[in-house]
Amino acid sequence: MSEAGHSQTVSLQAISLSKHFGGLSAVADVSLDVHSDEIHAVIGPNGAGKSTLINLLSGDMQASAGAIMLDGRNVTRLAAERRAGAGMGRSYQKTTIFQQSSVYQNVRLAAQAHSKAPLRMFGSAMSDVAVNDAAHAALVRTGLASRAAMPANKLSHGEQRQLEIAMVLATGPRIILLDEPLAGMGLQEARRIVDLIASLREGHAVLLVEHDMDAVFELADRLTVMQDGRVIASGLPGEVRTDPAVRAAYLGAHGGADGGAA
Amino acid sequence: MAAYRTIIAVAVLLAVALALPFTVPTYYVQFASKVLIMGILAMALNLVVGFGGLVSLCHAAFFGLGGYALALATPKYDPASFFVSFPFAVGSAALAALIIGALALRTRGVYFIMVTLAFGEMLFFLFHDTAIAGGSDGTFINYKPEVAIAGTMLLDLDRPLVFYFAVLTCLLATIALLTMLVRSPFGHALAAARDNERRARSLGFPIFRLRLTAFVISGAIAGVAGYLAAAQFGYVAPQMLGWHLSATVLVMVLIGGLRSVAGPLIGAFVLLGLEEVLKTATEYWKLIEGLVVIAIVLALPDGMRHLLIAAFGPANDDTPTVTSVAEAKHV
Repeated sequence: MSEAGHSQTVSLQAISLSKHFGGLSAVADVSLDVHSDEIHAVIGPNGAGKSTLINLLSGDMQASAGAIMLDGRNVTRLAAERRAGAGMGRSYQKTTIFQQSSVYQNVRLAAQAHSKAPLRMFGSAMSDVAVNDAAHAALVRTGLASRAAMPANKLSHGEQRQLEIAMVLATGPRIILLDEPLAGMGLQEARRIVDLIASLREGHAVLLVEHDMDAVFELADRLTVMQDGRVIASGLPGEVRTDPAVRAAYLGAHGGADGGAA
Repeated sequence: MAAYRTIIAVAVLLAVALALPFTVPTYYVQFASKVLIMGILAMALNLVVGFGGLVSLCHAAFFGLGGYALALATPKYDPASFFVSFPFAVGSAALAALIIGALALRTRGVYFIMVTLAFGEMLFFLFHDTAIAGGSDGTFINYKPEVAIAGTMLLDLDRPLVFYFAVLTCLLATIALLTMLVRSPFGHALAAARDNERRARSLGFPIFRLRLTAFVISGAIAGVAGYLAAAQFGYVAPQMLGWHLSATVLVMVLIGGLRSVAGPLIGAFVLLGLEEVLKTATEYWKLIEGLVVIAIVLALPDGMRHLLIAAFGPANDDTPTVTSVAEAKHV
């Protein structure tokens, strides 16, 4: 939990990362690192560039400038699927699942992508014991086991958010990028997912973008605050909470650090 | 039980297919061969259209290349050896699919359709406007390929009956191969890329390689169909490669349904059967055929398979795409 307990292994590092859309700078000169066995939260008002940052790190978007290091290896130009292969898993802010497929098939595909022979051309895809076990474990961990046979598009919104996370877990990643995992969840579901994310700390490097400030301050080992594409503060949650720039620019605007996100 | 019914249906169809050449005149044996050949082509196309979500308009080019490969491999006064000409035909089609696929698969959606159309037409004009194999007139293949080992003839493809069974064997092999593929992890990954490319990519599936592999396999099978067609008719012409045939095969796929391996075979049977019946009835048969096809597509947007389901109740088909019973059983 505390900084003293960290093994200071940098798993994922962004160095002066920038992304321009035409004249607009969505992410400007952002540097941060995520260590293994820690949860690094990124917060900031809407439009601060948090989702773009995740998209750059995951490879869904290519950076305009800067570098991304994964376990000390430069992956700035590596395609998204190669980064996933190197141990990076991500969830999407806007639910991105296989809508027509069953819940089980969704997680099974995720597990298959990281199995020994993900593209084997013979034998049934449904009979790989290791893949089935990984898929089942991910469903149990996210509390979706009872929904396994249901088509994904029949799930409630909150359950679809849980499925997002189940799919990330099923790929067995070492580095996890979560883009607003709690968005649209009910209280009970959110509680379950907060506990789940807390349990991911061990053995993973987690980058968490989230609007729910209670969850952020409960989970985060370190915090980075973004505004208008730039990092305005970074450090331990206690330090960031009292940072005058942050209070003025972001938290202060909502009447204090404990206020929820608007 | 639904699964039981499927087995019975398949057994009956197979029995009909086996008995057919002994019960009908030679003309219809040849017609049946033609239907099965176009069925192979349509099933090949459906691997990329139905399971890959990629609408290709150049599959006639792979079909035509398979046919032209046989024509070019056949000497004027001798038959070509099957064991040389067949791999040559399939290899040519696969190589063309590899090159065209590697370029076309960098595009998406309607651009992919347009790029495949353009490449298909390029191959059409290659054979139409140059002197290769008779140019726009096409060329005759005077002898059917010879299936012989060390001078001993194994199959006499000149006999319609033997040829029919050779085609039927290819058809069954195609169904077996495609069924194996779509049920395999490869097939599931291909369908995942079709359903949600972004998610499939972020899970770590190599989308381009997946699609290119499917495209090449599909092109190679189309080459098999073209080889058989050229052998049957003893003639190849540039029209074999043209977009018109590509579109016709696409219609067969649509009629038969996109989500099953053998559906397009039904589409081929319906379309060619319709043509055969209407041709003898009226000289405006193309007009009527067009109207019937429009009616079928409007009435059955998901293909003829749904007609069968509507008629006989839902059967446990071989659709391995998304929700299958096995996964429900697992948990």
